[in-house]
Amino acid sequence: MKKGVMRPGHVQIRVLDMDAAVKHYTDLLGLIETDRDDQGRVYLKAWTEVDKFSVVLREADEPGCDFMAFKVVDEPFLQQLEKDLVEHGVDIENIPEGELKDCGRRVRFKAPSGHTFELYADKQYTGKWGITEVNPEAWPRNLDGMKVVRFDHCLMYGPELAATYDLFVNVLGFYLAEQVLDGEGTRIAQFLSLSTKAHDIAFIHHEEMGKFHHASFYLETWEDVLRAADLISMTDTSIDIGPTRHGLTHGKTIYFFDPSGNRNEVFCGGDYNYPDHKPVTWQAEQLGKAIFYHDRVLNERFLTVLT
Amino acid sequence: MSDAFEITEQCSGNRFHCEPGQSVLKAMEQQGLKCVPVGCRGGGCGFCKVTVLSGDYECGKMSRVHVPPESRACGEVLACRIYPLSDLTIECRPREVAETATQQTTTKSMR
Ligand code: FES
Ligand SMILES: [Fe+2]
Repeated sequence: MKKGVMRPGHVQIRVLDMDAAVKHYTDLLGLIETDRDDQGRVYLKAWTEVDKFSVVLREADEPGCDFMAFKVVDEPFLQQLEKDLVEHGVDIENIPEGELKDCGRRVRFKAPSGHTFELYADKQYTGKWGITEVNPEAWPRNLDGMKVVRFDHCLMYGPELAATYDLFVNVLGFYLAEQVLDGEGTRIAQFLSLSTKAHDIAFIHHEEMGKFHHASFYLETWEDVLRAADLISMTDTSIDIGPTRHGLTHGKTIYFFDPSGNRNEVFCGGDYNYPDHKPVTWQAEQLGKAIFYHDRVLNERFLTVLT
Repeated sequence: MSDAFEITEQCSGNRFHCEPGQSVLKAMEQQGLKCVPVGCRGGGCGFCKVTVLSGDYECGKMSRVHVPPESRACGEVLACRIYPLSDLTIECRPREVAETATQQTTTKSMR
């Protein structure tokens, strides 16, 4: 958080069919619908999140990720970051306050990997959903489906990992938590964090720019991951792989798809970092184990099925 | 089973039944066949692209990137998003890009 970039704030996901998508993200994942706007976008949040929304769904004729945003500590930090981005040679676009309902102005830019990111400092604080601010109960009793705790991170596929690293680490203040290096020492995967979390954003090298691998949501326990797997079967939802463990981050995970083919993850556990920790390195020869710790083999889908 | 349609995949010669209202990809998966690659099953990734050589079918929503209107008109569609209205003959399109990526990874990660 060296430059005032605090945490993942929201992700806007394109879906082919809004009704099917809303049902998936609310009934199955357990996100809560908090608003809709005149463009037809639907705003959702996980119950522990304090701001009004963290996931925005937009109906379009191709699925994928429009942008992911990070919340910045305050307006002065946002202004400084804006200057730093410009100085770094990044084109920025100012999105006015209110373009997303109850969200302050956003600074939008494209990373060398081809993905669009945003920074913002203000969003309506609505508090954790379903519990009081004073003397809060452990959890609200009327949650649905997987009852996901929070939107946690995204994994993006694209080229130019080195330039993207430079932008995220040197301009935005992320640090490298974990990486995969090929035989020549070139980084082919980078897991970047702002906090003690294993990652807030991750990139894997891919020739095509701007591809979306998954949006991930946090669960508390392995039991919750197994329960998520049960719900995926009960609802005949398209599964990718799991429940299993990742080598990278050591999180316990399951991958599945939303009705438009965007990949979702729910996971629990995983490593933590402090500023005195060195990045964890995996060798590309061990990529199978790094991704799927139990199978130790990549399925073809992990590398090629993207939106 | 009686009102099921028969789907023939030309390259592998595989034949399988597909119930009305069931997607061709789902029917294939249920019968343990692998002649069409399975990705997201949601019309988003383009992994299951096939060409329909003969027969009638309905389409669900498919990503425009993978199935622009021109492709759709000539039967290049996504197996996870087509629902047969008659027996179908399909052909699984070769995927040079996907195959190259897999070969590289296989040599890199699986010795
Ligand atoms: S499997 Fe992804 S488009 Fe059919
Ligand atoms: Fe993840």
